[in-house]
Amino acid sequence: MTDHAAVPAATAPRPRRQSTVSRRVRKGAVGALWALAGILLVMLMWELVKWVGTLVSLPFNTNDLSMPHVWTMFSGAWQPEVRGSDTTVLQAVLQSAAYSLLIALGGFIIGVSVGLLLAIVMQRFAFLERGLLPFVIASQTVPLIALAPLITGIGNRISIGPVQWSTTYSVMFIAAYLAFFPLSVGALRGLHAPTATSLELMRSYAATPRATLFKLRFPASLPYLVPAMKVSAAAAVVGTVVAEISTGVRGGIGRLILEYSREATSQPAKVYVAVFGAIVLGLVAAGLVTALDLYLTRNLPKESPA
Amino acid sequence: MRHTPRRRWAALTSVAVVGALALTACSSSSSSSSSSAAPESSAAESSAAPESSAAESPAAAECTTPTPVSLQLQWVAQAQFAGYYAAKELGYYDEQCLDVTILEGGVDIVPQTVLAQGGADFAISWVPKALASIEQGAAITNVAQVFQRSGTLQVSFADKGITTAADFKGKKIGNWGFGNEYEVFAAITKAGLDPAADVELVQQQFDMAALLNGEIDAAEAMTYNEYAQVLEAINPATGALYTPEDFNVVDYNEEGVAMYQDAIWASTERLADPAYQELTQKFVTASLQGWIHCRDNAQECADIVLAAGTKLGASHQLWQMNEVNKLIWPSPAGVGIIDAALWEQTVAVALTTKNLEGATIITGEPPAEAYTNQFAEAANAELTAAGLNTTGDAFAPIAVTLAEGGN
Repeated sequence: MTDHAAVPAATAPRPRRQSTVSRRVRKGAVGALWALAGILLVMLMWELVKWVGTLVSLPFNTNDLSMPHVWTMFSGAWQPEVRGSDTTVLQAVLQSAAYSLLIALGGFIIGVSVGLLLAIVMQRFAFLERGLLPFVIASQTVPLIALAPLITGIGNRISIGPVQWSTTYSVMFIAAYLAFFPLSVGALRGLHAPTATSLELMRSYAATPRATLFKLRFPASLPYLVPAMKVSAAAAVVGTVVAEISTGVRGGIGRLILEYSREATSQPAKVYVAVFGAIVLGLVAAGLVTALDLYLTRNLPKESPA
Repeated sequence: MRHTPRRRWAALTSVAVVGALALTACSSSSSSSSSSAAPESSAAESSAAPESSAAESPAAAECTTPTPVSLQLQWVAQAQFAGYYAAKELGYYDEQCLDVTILEGGVDIVPQTVLAQGGADFAISWVPKALASIEQGAAITNVAQVFQRSGTLQVSFADKGITTAADFKGKKIGNWGFGNEYEVFAAITKAGLDPAADVELVQQQFDMAALLNGEIDAAEAMTYNEYAQVLEAINPATGALYTPEDFNVVDYNEEGVAMYQDAIWASTERLADPAYQELTQKFVTASLQGWIHCRDNAQECADIVLAAGTKLGASHQLWQMNEVNKLIWPSPAGVGIIDAALWEQTVAVALTTKNLEGATIITGEPPAEAYTNQFAEAANAELTAAGLNTTGDAFAPIAVTLAEGGN
């Protein structure tokens, strides 16, 4: 985005660039401060609700068992996961979140590839759009909790040569299943986005459909594609965590939430640490997509209609 | 827009290339995750090897390529399934030439359905839930009734005065639903109460916070899990852990409505195949041998389960191991053998207990193939011949001290 601005000022590029960088850093720092303030505010609200709960009777429990203190959660994060183990709860949570992130990423890549492919095919052949789109939409009405055991059950019977299907792939499949939909719908709209005049121009060049796709339709679809990707990434993360809880697949943050919630009777803070892990996971995924967004739209004017 | 055939082909090929890319991305990520899982399992096997040579081997037949077998559990790794983990870890399955994969359960995994659909070779399930599945068309057979008693309790604070099911009248009674609540309903009905009118039934979470918070009067609890969770929590009044004296428990075995719980289920259709019959026999024998080992070595088995990657603490696992042993031992007729009287009681409760909608678990007698003692009897004979005590007549539980949080 700044490259654009920097090019005309080629005579004095250095000071211009430095000032943009420092401005960007300052902007980032201010943003981080606001984010921190937001987190602090939430923690304050939490403690406030707990305190109000001691004065008047609220419709829900605010005692330490149901709503542990913020500082209990913090100290709980640094405790060993089980006695005698070297890993703290925080480490276990971060490891699991990283594992889930990998699965979600795999699901995201598969989902985006399939979704994009579907969109291209549907844009290219109108009869496929009419035939496929209802199925694409119907695919999202199947409840995840019905789907997850089914996919795991089918997966257990699959072995391709020496590679035995594992439940981890089932989780990735579910993530991909949720991720492909927003992307294919968004991409389809994006591929249809070029104006009639642009298309006519391409036709007057006798451009091949492929050239039209790569030179016109793809660039024109970016403003639609990027928000669709953000939704897809969130869907992949949600799909991963829910599928992990649903099928008990080991290693990820979903399984950790499942296990820690059983200990909530005596250690209520632990499960909150795991939930924060899931939140961090979602934020990291969103951050990755934003980075991708910045890369993909680097050549687009920032005021482009979305 | 018009296309020449050549252009059409170009478009289709590019589509195919993208598809192939997606597939390679998929397969490369899958091979990397499977290779990362490999060292773990090989490490587990190598650590088990020295111990297996010390243990008795009832069937030391020639084994060139072990038969792959999968077992679907109801839940994640915990001492409730210690016998199977022990049989795997101590090499009892290896001795039977089996390569057993233990599949853990999750919130939405129904083991008997996984088994009936062919997703696993064997499954662990409670009998009433399996009976309901059988009536709905799942062809499965109980081949070893591991748990001889019910582990379900209704736990309440001592000051509530709830010592029998009759005391449930007018109280908030927690239950889990999902087929875990039948004994609660049966006990209420047997006590002459109407589940819909005389008690307030509350859907309960899988932790015990609702009981400790006073949201419900009595909570459903397994002796080996939730009851221990209560005893691992700090009593705010004393600053120390809760003690058994703080609570009353209603034991559904004493209420006369106990239903058979954890059993090994096999596919009824596949049992017609002699090869699967042989597989079932080997699996049952080795599994029961695992349970016998855990009876005499509770600490070792609790450690095996801990090593299998449970997040619950050491004292909690040892408690669970000990409580599970109490549910299995003694097995007067032999380990894994179904007592016709308790089977009949399970079926009778399943036939007569109405839930809030007025429906019973099953509407007709289960088919004769619903259970067989054939495999458990042969396993008992084989294990007895190998010098093992299969009834546990001299079994004495150990004393377990729970630590805060089960650590």
